[in-house]
Amino acid sequence: MKVVPLLKRIWPLMPVLASLAFILALLLIFGADPATAFQALWQGAFGSRDRLLGTLAFWIPLALCAIGLMLTFTAGLWNIGVEGQLILGSIGASWVALNLKGQPAWVLIPLELLAAMAAGALWAALSALLKTRGKVHEIFSGLALTNLAIILTNYLISGPWQPPEGGSFRGTQPFQEAALLPRLFDSRFSPLSLVLMSIALVIVAVLLGNTTWGLKLKALGRNSRSAFLLGVSSEREAVIAMMACGALAGLGGAVRVLSWFDSLRQSISGGIGFLALLVVMLSAYRMFWVPFVAFFFSAVLQGSITLQLRTQLHSSLGGILTGVLVLLTLLFGDYNHLRRLRKESRPDE
Amino acid sequence: MNDTLLVRILASIALQAAPLMIAVTGETLTERAGVVNLSLDGKMLMAAMTGFVVAYTTGSLILGFLAAALVGALFALIVAFGSITLKHNQVAIGFVLTLLGADLSAFLGQNFTRLPGPSVGKFAVPYLKDLPVLGPIFFNQNAIFYFAILLVAAAWWWLFRTQPGLHLRGAGERPEAAFARGASVTRLRYLYTVLGGALVGVAGASYSLGIKIGWSEGHTAGLGWIALAIVIFGGWSPARGALGAVVFGATKSLATVFQQNVQGVSVVAFNTLPWLLMIGVLLLVSSDWVARVANLLPPRLRGGFLRLVQVTPPRALGVEFGQE
Repeated sequence: MKVVPLLKRIWPLMPVLASLAFILALLLIFGADPATAFQALWQGAFGSRDRLLGTLAFWIPLALCAIGLMLTFTAGLWNIGVEGQLILGSIGASWVALNLKGQPAWVLIPLELLAAMAAGALWAALSALLKTRGKVHEIFSGLALTNLAIILTNYLISGPWQPPEGGSFRGTQPFQEAALLPRLFDSRFSPLSLVLMSIALVIVAVLLGNTTWGLKLKALGRNSRSAFLLGVSSEREAVIAMMACGALAGLGGAVRVLSWFDSLRQSISGGIGFLALLVVMLSAYRMFWVPFVAFFFSAVLQGSITLQLRTQLHSSLGGILTGVLVLLTLLFGDYNHLRRLRKESRPDE
Repeated sequence: MNDTLLVRILASIALQAAPLMIAVTGETLTERAGVVNLSLDGKMLMAAMTGFVVAYTTGSLILGFLAAALVGALFALIVAFGSITLKHNQVAIGFVLTLLGADLSAFLGQNFTRLPGPSVGKFAVPYLKDLPVLGPIFFNQNAIFYFAILLVAAAWWWLFRTQPGLHLRGAGERPEAAFARGASVTRLRYLYTVLGGALVGVAGASYSLGIKIGWSEGHTAGLGWIALAIVIFGGWSPARGALGAVVFGATKSLATVFQQNVQGVSVVAFNTLPWLLMIGVLLLVSSDWVARVANLLPPRLRGGFLRLVQVTPPRALGVEFGQE
């Protein structure tokens, strides 16, 4: 009888091992030396001070999006548009940075962050209203709005915001120094962004865990009809949850342009919004795990860039590792769920 | 008259619409059985990559399409297993597979990007190809176009005119009743999820072997998501879905044509079209506004108008059914 509890305890590790085995197989098929590859992955994420700071810098916007998504997932909403909301945040921050010249940092930075949050919230509100007023599922509106945000970015970069020396399709001119977040040791990591992310984490955790509003969202997520009967206006809560998520994603977008880069770039998001959805799923929709899982994702993805440099293998390997891990965890990660299914299929045992 | 700009545009619209028609038909069959397979976009990327790579290395188009269908079926099998057998959330699994498909296709296809390769050719239907206007648009087309049209017709007939089609719709509409009549809902759902996945695989390969030949990262550019929206716009009918595919195909070809022929038209404006259209058509088929507009019509026309525009999903779409 001792075997079962042990199995149950190590069960969540199984998907980790299986996904590592999957990556190992891919490396062998492509003729790469696994030892070199895994070493590159590790060193790319933690190998030096700058790399560690890079991992931290990538982690912050990812965690911000994931924290925001906790609100929408709790309300039962599939906010796939979080990617577009992050991009709009980048655009909002860039708009302030490019248009307010000659202001000190203490004026510029708060305005940039506010503009970013407002822009992200606006994009999320469109998705929410299309759902509540137009009955368009948030997956579709979110996806369409994300693509529109990408097109808008490209338009701005190659049109009205192109550098004075001419549009290169790659990015705007670097922002004035005062517009950028102060960064540690010339790296991409801004301690201020870590503070903001921690505040967001605490606020959302308290909102979800200790307030009536959190309860309302949970009721909405379980069953929007019964929530309606309980007197929760599903429309209002849904719109607010989406906008709050959009604002946090927008803040993440601001961090992307003001600390990761120093300008608005073509692929400003780096897919962070979509990744954040995976982060929340792998955290089993629990706030406690979100920052840790987000950090793990950030390390893998930063590591895979070094992997590409050293082994010439495409850096999508990092995305494959996280993707397979999330898939296997979703399918087989819950030991009790599998046990229950087995019992149901053999009622006579 | 057979070589005017208009005729060429219409022929190109028909071709652009073909892979969409195939994908929409596949997903329509799946959703009619009650399963939402959200992994469409990732599946199409994987299939487009697989189809091209296999056809390129073996020199056989048939093998390319078969391999792509197999990949599509495999992805669909994961969704079916996860949602039907393991009773997990379909949307979550489909979404993870979408992202995984994008990354996996980028990785596995990395040594095959931007290579010239084999492609499906044109096939002129004897006699019919000489018809004025209709000939060059419909009867001197890429073979993929004929396949798409035949597939749409066959799927429509299967769904609405045959006994197995009735069972299939039953699994998605009233699974309890279908089960009571002796149909295995689980088997039907597995069957049509995998079949639909295979068709989406064919759609992906027909894109990389017939429309935009070759492979590059993110090759199908969101086509899978558009197909998912068209399934809804099409009211879960292959015929109306094909119409939706033509509308979206038109935005693509018009963008290309205008860029080549008209000076000063912004590329940006055209790139936004499919996505604005996606929101627009979904609003059209499901929002209450349309019903309000209908109230302005004379009562005799009201019902017909609503039936024409609005759609209802299969009642048990995405609803788990435990028959054991």
